[in-house]
Amino acid sequence: MIRFDNVSKTYPKQNRPALRDVSLEIERGEFIFLVGSSGSGKSTFLRLLLREERASHGAVHVLGKDLAKLSNWKLPQMRRQVGTIFQDFRLLPNKTVGQNVAFALEVIGKPRGQIRKTVPEVLELVGLGGKEDRMPGELSGGEQQRVAIARAFVNRPMLLIADEPTGNLDPQTSVGIMKLLDRINRTGTTVVMATHDQQIVDQMRKRVMELEKGRLVRDQSRGVYGYQH
Amino acid sequence: MRAQFVLSEIGVGLRRNLTMTFAVIVSVALSLGLFGASLLMSDQVDKMKGYWYDKVNVSIFFCNKNDAGSGTHCAKGAATEQQKNDIKAELNRLPLVQSVQYESSDAAYKHYKEQFGDTPVAGLVTPDQLPESFRVKLKDPTKFAVIKSAFSERPGVQEVQDQRGTVEPLFNLLDGMRIAALCVMMLMLVVALLLIVNTVRVSAFSRRRETGIMRLVGASSFYIQMPFIMEAAIAGLIGAVFACVLIVGGKYALINNWLAKKIQVVNFIGWDSVASVLPLVLLIGLLMPAIAAFFALRKYLKV
Repeated sequence: MIRFDNVSKTYPKQNRPALRDVSLEIERGEFIFLVGSSGSGKSTFLRLLLREERASHGAVHVLGKDLAKLSNWKLPQMRRQVGTIFQDFRLLPNKTVGQNVAFALEVIGKPRGQIRKTVPEVLELVGLGGKEDRMPGELSGGEQQRVAIARAFVNRPMLLIADEPTGNLDPQTSVGIMKLLDRINRTGTTVVMATHDQQIVDQMRKRVMELEKGRLVRDQSRGVYGYQH
Repeated sequence: MRAQFVLSEIGVGLRRNLTMTFAVIVSVALSLGLFGASLLMSDQVDKMKGYWYDKVNVSIFFCNKNDAGSGTHCAKGAATEQQKNDIKAELNRLPLVQSVQYESSDAAYKHYKEQFGDTPVAGLVTPDQLPESFRVKLKDPTKFAVIKSAFSERPGVQEVQDQRGTVEPLFNLLDGMRIAALCVMMLMLVVALLLIVNTVRVSAFSRRRETGIMRLVGASSFYIQMPFIMEAAIAGLIGAVFACVLIVGGKYALINNWLAKKIQVVNFIGWDSVASVLPLVLLIGLLMPAIAAFFALRKYLKV
């Protein structure tokens, strides 16, 4: 599903690499927590997965493709199989909940009939049934994140990348979001989630990878948050 | 590709940048208007050249008996029949020459009278003051130098004169005006291109949320860029339509209503020339902003 072979990433005009000689393999259907302090390379790791950045050294394979060899015009096809959610939700404030989810289908040219059928289904799945016509601003943070998850999941991606999805939410709401992500994981979607939320990592007991100054220092199945302990 | 989605995006974009769009339209209209005008101007010059060059001849003037002892190569007095016949035979042998016509002193005097009538100047001239000449019509009027170098030093020849020289300054003036119009057009075109690039930049910036999400969910770069490119193309096309209105209006006001009434001897361009320029103006108005937008997007919109 995902394989890193001796991957390093150095940003232009910076001496210290953001990622240093990282090798790892993630199987289909796994749930990964990516932990580490700020600046440890988590974001760079996720950006490499999406090919927002290219590795300086080594090879990144995602969904069986070598991203270095993936041409620019095939990149959108690959991104359709990867869902992404963020700490700040990234919803369009002037579109309704339903339109926000539909937008993801419209811009990849899905027929309208299919959009009208799929959007309520996926909103039901994330627990927002009937809130289709609400504006994002009227919703709570947890609900907004559910809209973002619905948008990320509407194409039934093979891989879901989550960059601190609970970072802006209170613990109780976070638990709800994690349950949702867990459910999505059980449908077979691989989830890679960068997080600072110790409680969640310790509770879920999934595979944990820890980055420190760009190096992969721990890769532990059924792991705990670990550092600062 | 869902047309409705793209169209609504374009509408939003154009309205959001109304002032910029307006500036693009005006500058495109002016630059393309000038472009069309300069094309028509060169059409006009070509037409006039064709008309006038067809009428003008190369004249070979012969020495007159009054020239005797004047110190030039006419010092021996009037050209002999032998000299004239030699030159005529030689002219007829040249492939360049279309026809040769002899004009006697009397005929020259008659033409002179016709041109100047009974003015005091005309009264001073007598037939024997005017030289005999050959009026040579060339197949290619620009090859005048050949005739001049071949015959101007011949005994009995006073002067080889190209009548083209009398109309040339007018053409040079028109050509100069055309080049000036082209220069102004270039300048306006640069302004228009810079405006388009800036409009696209503002547009891309104000929609970076949308484009970011589009990128994330895997919209193709074509789909992401299309609204911006169409926006520029539509603004350009509107500008080009205004340019066409300017050209048609200019031709009507300037040529049909004014010049054609004042100057009868000039053959002015017709509506067919105008009609051949308009599609070109529209095409450039559509494509140029689209291409400019495309290159601007590569810089300002990460895909």
